[in-house]
Amino acid sequence: MADPIQQPDVDSHSKTAIWNDPTFRSITFQVLAVVVLGWFFYTIFSNTLHNMESRGITTGFAFLDNTSGFGILMSLIEYDETHTYGDTFIVGLLNTLLVSVVGIITATIIGFVMGVARLSKNWLIAKIATVYVESLRNIPLLLQIFFWYALMRTLPPPRGSIQLIQDAVLLNGRGLYMPAPVPADGFGFVNIALLVAVIASIVLVKWTKKRQEATGQLFPAYWTSLGMIVGLPLGVFLIAGMPMSLDYPVLKGFNFVGGMRIIPEFMALWWALSLYTATFIAEIVRAGILAVSHGQTEAAHALGIPNGPTLRLVVIPQAMRVIIPPLTSQYLNLAKNSSLATAIGYPDLVGVFMGTTLNQTGQAVEIVAMTMMVYLVMSLSISALMNWFNKRMAMVER
Amino acid sequence: MKKSITVFGAMAATMIATSAFAGTLEDVTARGTLSCGVNTGLPGFSLQDDKGNWTGIDVDVCRAVAAAVLGDATKVRFVPLTAKERFTALQSGEIDMLSRNTTWTHTRDTSLGLNFAGVNYYDGQGFLVQKALGVKSAKELDGASVCIQAGTTTELNLADYFRLNGMKYSAVVYDTSDQTREGFEAARCDILTSDQSQLYAIRSKMADPTSAVVLPEVISKEPLGPVVRQGDDAWFNIVKWTLYAQVNAEEMGVTSANAMEMKTAADPNVKRLLGTEGDAGAKLGISADWAYNVVSQVGNYGEMFERNVGLKTPLAIARGLNALWNNGGLQYAPPIR
Repeated sequence: MADPIQQPDVDSHSKTAIWNDPTFRSITFQVLAVVVLGWFFYTIFSNTLHNMESRGITTGFAFLDNTSGFGILMSLIEYDETHTYGDTFIVGLLNTLLVSVVGIITATIIGFVMGVARLSKNWLIAKIATVYVESLRNIPLLLQIFFWYALMRTLPPPRGSIQLIQDAVLLNGRGLYMPAPVPADGFGFVNIALLVAVIASIVLVKWTKKRQEATGQLFPAYWTSLGMIVGLPLGVFLIAGMPMSLDYPVLKGFNFVGGMRIIPEFMALWWALSLYTATFIAEIVRAGILAVSHGQTEAAHALGIPNGPTLRLVVIPQAMRVIIPPLTSQYLNLAKNSSLATAIGYPDLVGVFMGTTLNQTGQAVEIVAMTMMVYLVMSLSISALMNWFNKRMAMVER
Repeated sequence: MKKSITVFGAMAATMIATSAFAGTLEDVTARGTLSCGVNTGLPGFSLQDDKGNWTGIDVDVCRAVAAAVLGDATKVRFVPLTAKERFTALQSGEIDMLSRNTTWTHTRDTSLGLNFAGVNYYDGQGFLVQKALGVKSAKELDGASVCIQAGTTTELNLADYFRLNGMKYSAVVYDTSDQTREGFEAARCDILTSDQSQLYAIRSKMADPTSAVVLPEVISKEPLGPVVRQGDDAWFNIVKWTLYAQVNAEEMGVTSANAMEMKTAADPNVKRLLGTEGDAGAKLGISADWAYNVVSQVGNYGEMFERNVGLKTPLAIARGLNALWNNGGLQYAPPIR
């Protein structure tokens, strides 16, 4: 087909002045913007260094190698006061990551359940979900954290522990104590079995999908995978003669020693973050489901697809496209809100590193910069992951 | 929010040019008020009552400096700060001086760009224990949970003490003194550790003060004093000599009640202090009657101590280390001449 609009002649470019050339102008302005921005940040940076030096404030990151000299309540790596300030950074970071990841998982589960429940035809369930969402969504998060923590404070001291399972699982003001599994010789086989089961499951799911596309035959791949992942390691564990013992918590002196412990600060923060964020997720899920036109459901029913598969194969995949983008920002919120931990003494990155470490070393600029970088990297990672997931879930047009 | 103040402070520290910090005296005189960082709430040291009036020995140090510089002890704007915020607030120029039960340590003096102007209270770290536990000595505390306030030297002393004695502990760190006390009262921890003076203050605030005891051990040296920015020697001198003036006044028997009559006393030392002789004020760059204003409006060191933490107050702390040097204590001031 002939183009009705005449393509501009190449020669016409040379006739216009260079500053009127759109390509030249756009490049020039971009270069200028970068130079100005670079100069701005350079000035701030060099100014900071100069000012701190002239006022006798120590700068640099050498402090990270110095001995910290203070203890931290909870640590996922081995840590005591003989470790370095650099280690306090890692301890704080891991504690932040732990509460964020666990919080995101529970918030997602509660959020999806509540979101679907709000749409339930059962009056009571729908109303319960509504009351939950509308009340917790509208109370400031910090107050909720304080509320849960105040509740923890009513628990008895160690000597009056509540025995949930006699001498094994107990609850007191210092936390929830449980027996800790101690792997013995031969436990490695169980880990190997688990790995094999996971790999086999992935292969099975892929194979099922291919076969279904080719022949239309169905195979219950997910149930089989679940069976393999649970069954295989369990079988190996039994055959190997149960190579594991349990370390029970024992009252010794002031506190219980041994076993596993979940500290009350963690529980309060975790519940508050999960329950609060879940209300927003519930609304997002509800909106996502309502965004799928009712005609889709009717069409599926007309084709004779039952209720379950209709929801699973028709409604949810389409709803997910609406749900994922706002869900991402809820995950980001949860991760950032975890810094409220410092209010109740949960040793997260802000509490440990930007709190005690900053105060002991006095190197505010370095520490605040490092902490901000962590939250930035963490948020960008969540974002990138969710974008990838979103792309996968996007409608594939055939 | 605490966090935002720290961040803001750090940013302010980067932005503001150095020259703005040189003349704190000029800034204060031009503004007409002294901006002084104090504790958010610590009986005897810095506490605000329901009418908004501040009382305490740290607060009085601020008032004394205001009296010396501006001639009026009421011209102070108090800025309540947590332990974590205090140094950043001073470094960034948000406050002119810090008088917030701050321990003078080597690291703080040398690496923060700050100077300690003296010691207004000699303290030491101790332990507060639930009476029900029946503990008699700090050596019996192996395995205990300890409530402690964030960003203090006590965190380090505690770790040192337990390490030295081969004992284990787990530290529960809170942001403010009140949160620490609440954690202790709720039995989140077995012991609470802080400076001795604070332990009595904290105990007096408990619902049942008799349920806790202070252990005899003092595990550290905690010289508490006002802090100023490094590099402004004129201002450093003023804060330092205001403290000395109060100690000298007590030594010479000058009180808020008799300061007027003492102006004409026979003793030349008293005359030099109160500005009727010599030029001590001019050398500091402030008025001649600077020390007279301090003593007549705030009182001498002994008056300040007895009024806020002394035996007649709920804290009932004896002078001990804080008695004058000629009375068995450590409070000693160089002569004004």
